Amino acid sequence: MAVARGTIHGIVGENGAGKSTLMSILYGFYQADRGEIRINGERVAIRHSDDAIAAGIGMVHQHFMLVKPFTVLENVILGAEEGASLQRSAAKARGILGELAETYGLEVDPDMVVGDLSVGLQQRVEILKALYRQAEILILDEPTGVLTPSEADHLFRILESLKAQGKTIIFITHKLREIMSITDTVSVMRRGAMTATHPTSEMSVTRLAELMVGRAVELRVDKTPARPGAEILSVRDLTVARNGTERLKSISFGIRAGEILGVAGVAGNGQSELLEVLWGTAAATAGEVLLKGAPLDVSRGGRAAERRRQGIGHVPEDRHRHGIIMPFGVWENASYGYHRSPSFTSGPFSLPGRMKDAARELIETFDVRPDDPLLKTANLSGGNQQKIVLGREIRQNPDLLLIGQPTRGVDIGAIEYIHREIVALRDQGKAILLVSVELDEILGLSDRVIVMFDGRISGERVIEETDENDLGMLMAGVDQREGKNVTASKMG
Amino acid sequence: MDFDILIQILGATLRVATPILLACLAGLYSERSGIIDIGLDGKMLIAAFASAATAAVVGNVWVALGVAVLASSALALIQGLAAITLRGNQLISGAAINMLALGTAYLLSQTMFGTGGQTPGLGPDQRFMGIELPFHDALGGFYQQVVSGQSVIVYFALATVPLTWWVLYRTRFGLRLRAVGEAPNAVDSAGISVARLRYSAVLIAGALCGVAGAYLATAQAAAYTDGMTANRGFIALAALIFAKWRPYPALGACLLFGFVEAVGYQVQGNLNVDSRVLATLVDFLESSLPYILTVVILAGFVGKATPPAAGGVPYVKER
Amino acid sequence: MSQLPKWADSFLVPLLSVLLALVVSGLVVLAIGENPLTAVRVMITGAFGSTYNLGFTLFYFTNFVFTGLAVAVAFHAAQFNIGGEGQATFAGIGAALIGLSLGETHWLLVLPLGILVAFLFGAAWAAVPAYLQVRRGSHIVITTIMFNYIAAGLLVALLGNFLKPAGSAAPQSRTFDEGAHLPRLDEVLGWIGIEAQRMEGNIMFFFALAACAVVWLLLWRTHLGFEIRAYGHNEKAADYAGISGFRIVMLVMLLSGGLAGLMATNTVLGQQHSLVLGFVEGAGFTGIAVALMGRSHPFGVALAALLFGALYQGGAELAFEMPAIPSKMIVIIQALIILFVGAMENIVRIPLARIFMFVQQSRKA
Repeated sequence: MAVARGTIHGIVGENGAGKSTLMSILYGFYQADRGEIRINGERVAIRHSDDAIAAGIGMVHQHFMLVKPFTVLENVILGAEEGASLQRSAAKARGILGELAETYGLEVDPDMVVGDLSVGLQQRVEILKALYRQAEILILDEPTGVLTPSEADHLFRILESLKAQGKTIIFITHKLREIMSITDTVSVMRRGAMTATHPTSEMSVTRLAELMVGRAVELRVDKTPARPGAEILSVRDLTVARNGTERLKSISFGIRAGEILGVAGVAGNGQSELLEVLWGTAAATAGEVLLKGAPLDVSRGGRAAERRRQGIGHVPEDRHRHGIIMPFGVWENASYGYHRSPSFTSGPFSLPGRMKDAARELIETFDVRPDDPLLKTANLSGGNQQKIVLGREIRQNPDLLLIGQPTRGVDIGAIEYIHREIVALRDQGKAILLVSVELDEILGLSDRVIVMFDGRISGERVIEETDENDLGMLMAGVDQREGKNVTASKMG
Repeated sequence: MDFDILIQILGATLRVATPILLACLAGLYSERSGIIDIGLDGKMLIAAFASAATAAVVGNVWVALGVAVLASSALALIQGLAAITLRGNQLISGAAINMLALGTAYLLSQTMFGTGGQTPGLGPDQRFMGIELPFHDALGGFYQQVVSGQSVIVYFALATVPLTWWVLYRTRFGLRLRAVGEAPNAVDSAGISVARLRYSAVLIAGALCGVAGAYLATAQAAAYTDGMTANRGFIALAALIFAKWRPYPALGACLLFGFVEAVGYQVQGNLNVDSRVLATLVDFLESSLPYILTVVILAGFVGKATPPAAGGVPYVKER
Repeated sequence: MSQLPKWADSFLVPLLSVLLALVVSGLVVLAIGENPLTAVRVMITGAFGSTYNLGFTLFYFTNFVFTGLAVAVAFHAAQFNIGGEGQATFAGIGAALIGLSLGETHWLLVLPLGILVAFLFGAAWAAVPAYLQVRRGSHIVITTIMFNYIAAGLLVALLGNFLKPAGSAAPQSRTFDEGAHLPRLDEVLGWIGIEAQRMEGNIMFFFALAACAVVWLLLWRTHLGFEIRAYGHNEKAADYAGISGFRIVMLVMLLSGGLAGLMATNTVLGQQHSLVLGFVEGAGFTGIAVALMGRSHPFGVALAALLFGALYQGGAELAFEMPAIPSKMIVIIQALIILFVGAMENIVRIPLARIFMFVQQSRKA
């Protein structure tokens, strides 16, 4: 791979294609077994991160490398201090930060505690850290995953201005549209190899997707219009407060049988709290929730088992942390959460034989690979793990399925499959609540969409009457259709 | 209460608080770097033995202090090896260090002096004695009993508090130390060695525990006795949590523990009870009050104590 | 890091780690001028050389099975119960109450009551730290340690003021009457017609074996056990699955404390027949080593308890035969085993993984 100075170079590839490993090697987190790195034609040895920094490489990691309780200033000088006493470093950094803010439009208050900053601003601190160390090559790993569309636009403007100043930018993403809009050249990685490098102008989204997967991919989900039935879930004036701040502010909506309701929004605008309250793992402060007309107990947490018995299933947002026990065998995870159901138990005893049978069925129905129920779940790919969670919940035949980020960390092949399963479930007359930060996914699967911003529903749309742009504005709290700004309504 | 008694108690408070304070600051360095240290007690214990044994054999208390620091640091190094290089469980290595210290001190005292779990008594010239500051007698009272007349280690411990504050918040090392306990990945990606920072922190902790142990055996007492730290390492840990890992509050917390213990000593000698139930209660509280206080503090009065975010977690580079 | 096959992970790694710890212990013996090989010989004879010695080994084994299971059960729910010492001490007070009050009855009554009361006392002593951990966030490691010393203080106060017979100087209660002595192993063997020399272990030995089986059943064959293990692996996923963390931690710690308490039944009612100051003698801490070495599996715990039983009994003989090696040498061995098995196993694991990888690659080639 070669990257020209003063360009923005995109790298795309599926999960596990080797993008992050490549960048970690460039940044000295790992060492390559073979091969060499040349900067400006000169061979450089990058053994540690400090070698990379010295070579002028700066990196904005997908998961920020920031010390949350530190101020912006402390984060910037960490590792680039001037001498043993801090005062001198602080004074110098303050000056440089001012200059950088002016040159690139990177304003951040140096005395703010980083943990209190928005995600977009935290990312700006990461870029500042790299520039403070005089980086000439800036690597950004999935930088827009956590940003609102407008924050992403701002980031792109910053990148353009960096490019104009002669900096080189390597931009890693799985979002093909971003590649098309911002990069000059693009490289595609597949199974650890760089399969192609082209000028972006010669590429298209479908062509990139094919190169990534190695075959033609159906990006659109085939589905017939919904035939909604009776209302399954009804949420009224639901409010959730945590540590004194309101995370959900009196929201109301309903879902009918045979319908997929998409919940769009940038992460952290109340979607997780909504799922938690509906699932009974967090308490609501006010409001009520009706399932098939009967009220659910939302006043306390610890109600997940009860929800299951009432006919709700849940594919959690973060399957590593919530949906699955990694060191458990596949067969144990295939009944996790339903392990007390009569089919798997006899008195206080569990019935491993029956659990394994159920796991075999699940593996077959949902095409989990490898097809060994005794295997440790951690040894399966993200896509197959997600199939276990999704399959487990679907097999219990719930009336309502809550799904959070169904394809996060899942490769494209499995995404297609998972999307088809979700639509099939809808066609069986189930109600589905789909929370996703991926707009493509929301647009492709939902029949109706609500958008969350700052704990409120900033807008509701029927899928046929909206598009990416419209939802993007709603995600930033602006409803173009009603011509009002949702943030402003907070004042009332 | 008589004013003289109060002054006596305050003087004792300072003396009793000193080893706890040193261990507490030791824990502060270690835990701020992300290494949970339940082996403070063992490091103090081996240092107490090492100092008493050296003082008995060599006769020079400063050499004894040096050997104590070395012995404690050796254990710290084992802990560091287990926690940092080998990425083992920090609670388990800490517990093992405590046992190792207890067993080793016993074995060595048996081998060296033939007295299992004890060292010979030390004379005044083999110990750290009280230093009378100028005007010791002239000013009397509070000055004489509390401020002056303490051993050099007491003054050292008190000076370590502002020093630690300065290191932590005013130096490059302190910035990096605080960072590595919160977000080692940030430190690593800034091109700083996580392992080196953590080893330095663990060794500082070892040295401070060494001084604390030497204080116990050569200043407060005049010999090593089996298990003489009496779990001060754990009380120091509780004080550290109470102080939310900050140096000045750590001083306050340790003085509180010292005060409780000092009051206990005072009461012990002056209480006469007839009832058996009361006598049981008094005996019980006398031995257990510091521990009960620790539990109560951990259970209720700490408020929201947020430990360094990376505490107890071995650092592994993430992909 | 490269993966090891399961059998190597569960057997080879702990085995080699223990060997390493024993080698280092041998070096310690060498350093104080004694021959480690002679020491090993004396210890093995001391532990297994005669029926009488074997009886003592089995007595210690019983203690360590209980305290080892206590730590192991808690480990499965990711709780580090370092308070077995205190829980056993407090349980000893309960067992002594039975022994003192029911000495004129029969062991058939004393045995079930002694088990029940010691279990409850041990569980109660673990309940407070457990509750404080889940409801108040107090670090369970520190609180259980504090409770060790509080229990010790309580025992001293009670022995000194109440339980010690008037005029006696020794800090121990009066000896229980015959009816409160649990049957010794040789007596049990006598029931099935086997004549044996006096064997110091007692009927609790069989309860220890049964406890291993029960704990295994609980952990791997009940839905509660499923939940305990799930919670231990991933606390955050428990809530999602409808598992109450509060319930799991409380139940596990009650069970853990109760198991540690049974050590007191074995010692107080089965062997000493009197409540003696410091009767736990570090068995609670040994439980940590036993659980670590046994990989928290009841079968492993039983094996490790046998090793430690032999080390204790053999160590006592060793102190007698080779006075330069005090019986506290066992504390060092124990510490080294905990260190190597529990916190430094990567010393063994990393080279082992390399060897396995090398073997695999050369097989492919």
